[in-house]
Amino acid sequence: MRNSKVVSLEEAIRKSGLKDGMTISFHHHFRGGDKVVNLVVDQLARMGFKNLHLAASSLSDVHSPLIEHIRNGVITKISTSGLRGELANEISHGLMKEPVVFRSHGGRGSAIASGVLHIDVAFLGASSCDELGNASGCPRSENAKSICGSLGYALPDARYADHVVVITDDLVAYPNVPKSISASDVESVVVVDSVGDSSKISSGAIRDSKNPRDILLAKQAAKVIINSGYFKDGFSIQTGTGGASLAAVKYIRESMVEKGIKASFALGGITAHMVKLHQEGLIGKLIDVQSFDKVAAESIASDQTHQEVSSVEYASAEHTGSAVHALDIVILSALEVDVNFNVNVLVGSDGIIRGAVGGHPDTAEDSALSIIVCPLLRGRIPCVVPKVTTLITPGKSVDVVVTEYGIAVNPARPEIAGRLAEAGLKIVDINDLAAKAKSIIGEPDPLPFGNKVVGIVVDRHGDVLDEIRNIED
Amino acid sequence: MMFVPGNNPGMMADAHIYGPDSIMLDLEDSVTMAEKDAARLLVHNALKSIDFGDTEMVVRINPLSTPYGKKDVEAVVKAGVDVIRMPKTETADEVRELEAEIIKVETELGCVGRTRIMAAIESALGIVNAFEIASASDRMMGIALGAEDYSANLKTQRTPGGAELLLARETIVVAARAAGIACFDTVYSNLDDMETFRKEVELIKTLGFDGKSIINPRQIEVVNEVFAPSQKDIDKALRIIAAIKEAQAKGSGVIAVNGKMVDRPVVIRAERTVALAIASGILDKEEAL
Repeated sequence: MRNSKVVSLEEAIRKSGLKDGMTISFHHHFRGGDKVVNLVVDQLARMGFKNLHLAASSLSDVHSPLIEHIRNGVITKISTSGLRGELANEISHGLMKEPVVFRSHGGRGSAIASGVLHIDVAFLGASSCDELGNASGCPRSENAKSICGSLGYALPDARYADHVVVITDDLVAYPNVPKSISASDVESVVVVDSVGDSSKISSGAIRDSKNPRDILLAKQAAKVIINSGYFKDGFSIQTGTGGASLAAVKYIRESMVEKGIKASFALGGITAHMVKLHQEGLIGKLIDVQSFDKVAAESIASDQTHQEVSSVEYASAEHTGSAVHALDIVILSALEVDVNFNVNVLVGSDGIIRGAVGGHPDTAEDSALSIIVCPLLRGRIPCVVPKVTTLITPGKSVDVVVTEYGIAVNPARPEIAGRLAEAGLKIVDINDLAAKAKSIIGEPDPLPFGNKVVGIVVDRHGDVLDEIRNIED
Repeated sequence: MMFVPGNNPGMMADAHIYGPDSIMLDLEDSVTMAEKDAARLLVHNALKSIDFGDTEMVVRINPLSTPYGKKDVEAVVKAGVDVIRMPKTETADEVRELEAEIIKVETELGCVGRTRIMAAIESALGIVNAFEIASASDRMMGIALGAEDYSANLKTQRTPGGAELLLARETIVVAARAAGIACFDTVYSNLDDMETFRKEVELIKTLGFDGKSIINPRQIEVVNEVFAPSQKDIDKALRIIAAIKEAQAKGSGVIAVNGKMVDRPVVIRAERTVALAIASGILDKEEAL
């Protein structure tokens, strides 16, 4: 077509004006199936770029090829929400000269919008795109193969980056509407064989956990919600995607049906569970920054009341319209919780980075009720500890911790503790939970951290919250 | 009573958080020959080091006729187990043989009389001898049905309705009641069919069993729901027990509640209702007192 922006990847990079030392960005909507990051960085390496700052909304196991690019000086700085697998392991052992900067999803959105995190060139994968750059995570042709639904984490990049390259494996006829990324923000369109491995982008239908501990935790979390004082008609809710969080939705649903209570909206990573409740009329609207499975991706493609939001509109602290400001209840998981209710979701108890900040601190801080669901023990690892290995969500944002050994309520929320106790739930002191874990497992040896800072945790307001040091073998 | 394989440390450590009334750590059928020694050591240490709260701890040992049985008795009695479950019990003599083994270890420890016995009956001969088994020792706290071996021994197989087990179940309940001990029904292994499981629990409750053996924490809720008395029954039972206490305090022999005389069977049923309500988690122990 006339004025087509379709070019090769190499040409798109040349046109972008990218120079050594600049910042490139990516989103993680293709999750473990992502092919865009590796494809682009391989090309940048071939073209001889050095000292680039890679600012992704998150990175996962599939990005281990970046290790070589870091060793060769192509990538010298990383900003992300999460880090997993071999890349995380190498970085934890001191691979990079500069520390990785970790931000929450809301924090990243704010940093991009305010210019603190300036993106020179954004490389944004899309499930469908037309020749002018109108892009979407939804399928728009029979050839659609890498479907992710919402493109919420890519939207600040598209809007604020100096130069935007959309990469798609399904070029469709103009106009590709409704669009998530607007052609007016896009400079080039690159067509490739595949942007993602669909089997690893999202799972199929609802999977109910059969793990008895997940079920126990889920039932307890549901009881906390139902008796918290916030469970009333018109409430809003967000849940994580862990087995216990998903199972909790099932028990909350039973109570909603029984008591005739409906939620106004569900927020966040939207799952098949939430879509089911929405379709049953139990949840009015779905606000979706990330569609977690095929059912959610199909729903957002076809349902007007299932809306995509950017990470800024989702969870920014400063943005007055962000949805977390209106959120009542959030259920979250944790790698560790400490006796001051601080939560770590990023660094394992072995000192190795193995998680993601995600929307954890954003939703915990802004929701009216934040519930952390976390087993006391994972095998021989205690999860309620005297002090978290890395601080991600400050205890002042956390209201309730649900474990299989009891429910602890933040002393700052005596009214919640009162309501739960009145409902017959057994409330325990979080210090007793930590002591219980210690009595079962004993005192773990201190972690062999070195002196090199390998990661910096920046909170959602832009302040440094914690630093992660290298781990020694 | 929740069955937990004695060779799985993770399951053993977690078992009590689901709130079963008793946990049976298994050294018998769920442990392969090659792992018998390791499992015995694990179970011994689990009993000694894990805080199971007030959950009753049972260990199913290997039959005394195997090379493992006596070693199992020694290990678990030394670890302070509450109850030893003897599998495939067919005669009262077997119970007495186990008792002798227990006494040997208890004498060494200086705690004679601490360990109780439960016998699993898993054959036609065992059913024929049920009362003799149930009354073979003062240590006998209960008898239980092991349906898989029993139905194989009968030359039949298990069916959803359980017709093949009817005589065995009724015999066990009658033998237990005659001996004044508890009785427990067999396991139901299809975890994906909670409906049939619920029907089976309803059946055995009607037959008079005190409880059900389970193999997964997901089954606990169903058992508790079926065995839980209604709020009306609980209120009535509490009123009866309160009236008795009041009458005893006054030294009065005759008790009446709501104008009706309360006799001994009524009191026993009321006490059982309250015990069940506490076990089902719908009545607080302190509230009941």
